[in-house]
Amino acid sequence: MAGSIPASRTGSRAAGGTYAGAPPTAARRKSSSLTAESWRRFRRHRLALFGSVVLLLMVVTVLAGPLVYRVPIDEIDFKAKLKGPSWAHPLGTDDLGQDVLARMLYGGRISLAVGLSAMLIAITVGTAVGAMAGFMGGYTDHALMRVTDLFLSLPGLPLLLLIVYLFRDGLKKALGPEVGVFVLIVAVIGGLRWMPVARLVRAQFLSLREKEFVEAARGLGAPPVRQVLRHILPNSVGPVIVAGTIDVAAAIIAESSLSFLGLGFPPDIPTWGRILFDAKDNLDFAPHWALFPGTAIFLTVLSINYIGDGLRDALDPRKVL
Amino acid sequence: MTKYIVRRLLIIVPVLAGISLVLFTILAMAPGDPFEELATNPNVPPEVRMNLRAQFGLDDPIAVRYVRWFTSMMKGDWGFSFVSRVNVETLIMQRLPTTILVIGSAQLLGLLIAIPIGVYSATRPYSLFDQIATTGAFLGFSLPTFFTGLLFILFFSIYLDWLPFIYRADISASGWRWWWEHIRQAIMPVAVLGLFQAASMTRFMRSAVLDVIQLDYVRTARAKGLAERVTVVKHVVRNALIPVVTLVALQVPTIFAGALITEQIFRVPGIGSLLISSILANDTPVIMAITFVFSALVVVFNLVADILYGWLDPRISYR
Repeated sequence: MAGSIPASRTGSRAAGGTYAGAPPTAARRKSSSLTAESWRRFRRHRLALFGSVVLLLMVVTVLAGPLVYRVPIDEIDFKAKLKGPSWAHPLGTDDLGQDVLARMLYGGRISLAVGLSAMLIAITVGTAVGAMAGFMGGYTDHALMRVTDLFLSLPGLPLLLLIVYLFRDGLKKALGPEVGVFVLIVAVIGGLRWMPVARLVRAQFLSLREKEFVEAARGLGAPPVRQVLRHILPNSVGPVIVAGTIDVAAAIIAESSLSFLGLGFPPDIPTWGRILFDAKDNLDFAPHWALFPGTAIFLTVLSINYIGDGLRDALDPRKVL
Repeated sequence: MTKYIVRRLLIIVPVLAGISLVLFTILAMAPGDPFEELATNPNVPPEVRMNLRAQFGLDDPIAVRYVRWFTSMMKGDWGFSFVSRVNVETLIMQRLPTTILVIGSAQLLGLLIAIPIGVYSATRPYSLFDQIATTGAFLGFSLPTFFTGLLFILFFSIYLDWLPFIYRADISASGWRWWWEHIRQAIMPVAVLGLFQAASMTRFMRSAVLDVIQLDYVRTARAKGLAERVTVVKHVVRNALIPVVTLVALQVPTIFAGALITEQIFRVPGIGSLLISSILANDTPVIMAITFVFSALVVVFNLVADILYGWLDPRISYR
């Protein structure tokens, strides 16, 4: 799991202040909406732009690839086992003669889906907890923050292994092997990664709650739900987006680690980590088998991290770009 | 100061209780029964099974079971391993030193790399060195440890044939040779883990130094004519290390995750690989105990960081 929330390029801390309104420079530019302004700032970060292109390519390949490249993922051919890249098998074959490219295209879908879904869970739970703590304050805040601290001191991967070990069979029976494992892994990864988001959102809420525009809304008689949903929440999404981006990368690594330890998806669902797990004992005969999925994970994670870095710069109003 | 440490120590107890509650809830919610094997075995009559359940207290209310489990955990009675028929605590104590050694050396290596590089690039922001270092750090923490490990094996063990890729606890050599063999086999696991840690620590260090270097007292130090070296080492680095300590402590769970994976790749006989093999062998007492040990270690390292933080930063009052 990559570091929680790395510091930004210039060393300014993650936005603890407010993210309200357009930055002062926007006044001179005519009619730039908040989104357009953020996009302009994002484009300034060339590596982030590059990361977006790579990630987009990756997603398109993984989604459209199997439609174009119609080699089955489980066609066993012992005559062609452990072969390096060739015209018939662009990324070589594994120990059963199965096509590595086809397997990677299939597995990539799952790896990316796990990353995105786990991130959504983490963000939803984190925002809910942080918003409640920050808005209600007092005893609720205190209790929720203790829970957050408790979750922060849980060891992620060992606990992930423990939960997957205990619940895998039950969920497999209930939902089928593929969906069961997917739901379990996504829920657990998401459920163990919401704490940083909760803290960020709480900090945002604490400061935004006292701002004039929220006070005005309160004065006009807006009920608490409207204050939160309409006024506070939209103004605190910046840091959440950044944290969410990095969570995707962390979730992909977590899933790959699980599969790499042989405890994630079953062998007939070749996620990238699972392919690496199968490949690791054949490094000396067939290095390509491990190198391709490993590089895929690395490139995906790197692009996502760069995008997160770019978003952090783009969404930090205190930073002049 | 003593009062502060005692207070911190007292906070540990509820935290550990909370963690154990989470672990126990997970275990209690899990489907499956430790006596499943007996239930399906036709040679065991149902009455015997009922008796066994009663004897082990499995039919008691969940709160009672939790209290019993927690008190025996605290007393150091962690049960028997189903597979190796050894006390769990003996098993863990055999493996723990190796893990601590690998993690400790990796952490040390990480700091030795990260502090100089972070300071050097922060004192020359956006220079060529800084750009290379920042990019390197970014690549470093985007490279998952399981892939770096495989790359290291591929390059240093298979291609160059310099280092062994299997960690052996029973080396039949003595004296210098024994030491040499041990160091040689530890190089790759420690390097994989250490470089990964170094990547994120370099970023922490760089941004901490950048924050500190623009403060007024640094300008004062320069203005009164201190050499740049002295300013950086005595005034900047010492203060920049304060936030880094906390961040490094918060990274501890990540180190354990990394250690688990590296131990598995290089077959280091530590508690990480014990956890994996216990999971594969359905050895529940060992799995629970190791997860608890990992949690306890995280809590302990957080405590150490808190105390160090209080010691390093005089603005923190030891209330």
